Amino acid sequence: MTPSSDELIIAAAAAELAGVRTVFVGIGLPNAAANLARRTVAPQLELIYEAGVIGARPARLPDSIGDPALVSGAAATLSMRDLFGGFLQGGRIEVGMLGAAQIDRWGNLNTTVIGSYDRPSVRLPGSGGACEIALNARRVMVVMNQSLRSFVDQIDFVTSPGHRRPDGSGGRPSWAGAGPTAVITQLALYHFGLDGEMELAGLQPGVDAAAVDAATGWPMRRAASLALLPRPVEAILAEIRRLVA
Amino acid sequence: MSGDPVTGTKVMPLAAAIAVHLHDGDTLAIEGFTHLISFAAAHEVIRQRRRGLTLARLTPDLVYDQMVAAGCADRLIFSWLGNPGVGSLHAIRRAIEAGSLAIEEYSHHGMVARYAAGASRLPFFPLRSYDGSDLASVNPAIRRVMSPYDGEEIAVVPPLHPDLAIIHAQRADVTGNVQAWGIVGVQRDAALAAKRVIAVVEELVDESVIRSDPDRTLLPGMVVDAVCVEPWGAHPSFAQGHYDRDNRFYRDWDAISREPAGLQRWLDQWVHGVASRAEYVERLGPDRLASLRPAPRPSGSVDYGSYR
Repeated sequence: MTPSSDELIIAAAAAELAGVRTVFVGIGLPNAAANLARRTVAPQLELIYEAGVIGARPARLPDSIGDPALVSGAAATLSMRDLFGGFLQGGRIEVGMLGAAQIDRWGNLNTTVIGSYDRPSVRLPGSGGACEIALNARRVMVVMNQSLRSFVDQIDFVTSPGHRRPDGSGGRPSWAGAGPTAVITQLALYHFGLDGEMELAGLQPGVDAAAVDAATGWPMRRAASLALLPRPVEAILAEIRRLVA
Repeated sequence: MSGDPVTGTKVMPLAAAIAVHLHDGDTLAIEGFTHLISFAAAHEVIRQRRRGLTLARLTPDLVYDQMVAAGCADRLIFSWLGNPGVGSLHAIRRAIEAGSLAIEEYSHHGMVARYAAGASRLPFFPLRSYDGSDLASVNPAIRRVMSPYDGEEIAVVPPLHPDLAIIHAQRADVTGNVQAWGIVGVQRDAALAAKRVIAVVEELVDESVIRSDPDRTLLPGMVVDAVCVEPWGAHPSFAQGHYDRDNRFYRDWDAISREPAGLQRWLDQWVHGVASRAEYVERLGPDRLASLRPAPRPSGSVDYGSYR
């Protein structure tokens, strides 16, 4: 079985969740990755959904982040005031998993508009909980498809803040979590330097650094060492296909 | 609150409740986070041709896409604008692009905080969000204040006071005590923030059923103005334990709503073309309904004890 781009992202993101106890799960790729992780490398993982569900054990992969399958068998259902206040803002979420249409070198994420806010060429869904997840989760993992359209030098809108403003100024508030620590795409794994700039830390199977550079809108920095991510084994691919079927 | 002065019952037909409690130009919140979304009430609002509404909801969802397409609203307050797991809300996107729908955009916690401030009569609600985001630069209602305790700045949002909140729930009694289970989202705060509250429920139960399990009460009758009984009233969203989310309809909506003419045909058939929710449910047909019914998975019961 040859893995698709999405399957490479889901498998690598699930592997990154090994050892994690609490993850705030967004819709789409994060949902698939977190559910795969709980079924494989992180059986102790508590899946937390913004609808107010803690410790979900869904029998099926839900279409929406609010689904009756998330509730049946869960550890707790809470009001959203409790979830966003006491749990997320209270610092009790270890990893926030987010997707985005655009990302810049500082890990700023755009899920709001392509083009200008008042006259967008593409209107995207907006923040949902992403803005406060990016600020309050103890760290953030980003999963997304990579191309020159998504890895951009100048981001059109900052929905969810990364390490610095797009012009390189500022930093994170003293109370905030560590921000993005890993970005996973179909091409590579990225970490962030001490100054908050993204750097290439690992390559997906069959990808070279030139392919990464060709799909990045700025000169991508290299981490001190470069890992080669494993090709997902057949059992993992089969599990992904069962999940997203 | 209100109710029949003789019998005390708050039960009334949904059409009457909308006629009495919702007026042109009102701010309306039909809340329910993916779960318990009162499509029945939204369709009644469309049939009664309300105009100039401000619609507030974290996720406008198909329910507001339909109301915007029907011309009910000119303003939208929200935090996530999409068809979950599918894509865009085409009618709302078209209305924004045409300039006929103004938007006021927050994050989820911002909307949660707006209802919380409204419920508690606070002038604003502080939250740890928006620092380093562009959201505050496009929404002047997101502001910052200095904490009088440590001198640090924090983002604040204003209270939201809907004229009417409509919530759907599994059950209620005639006095308006409402019980819900599963995802409860922002329903309690949205109702407490509102001037008037309509509860639409799957089933009417005896008051003794409610009083046997007070922990499950989402809203006590003192804050509920009207109780309307509409089985399947949240379809195509879901009611935990009663019926599943109709994911097929959420996917079908993408094609239905892509062209204005097709969407109007849908409204003509499924909203204007039926007199009530009961007719809509009948038109869905027994096979569709059966496919959405879950197998039972009852909770255990707890013992509250009897004290003398």
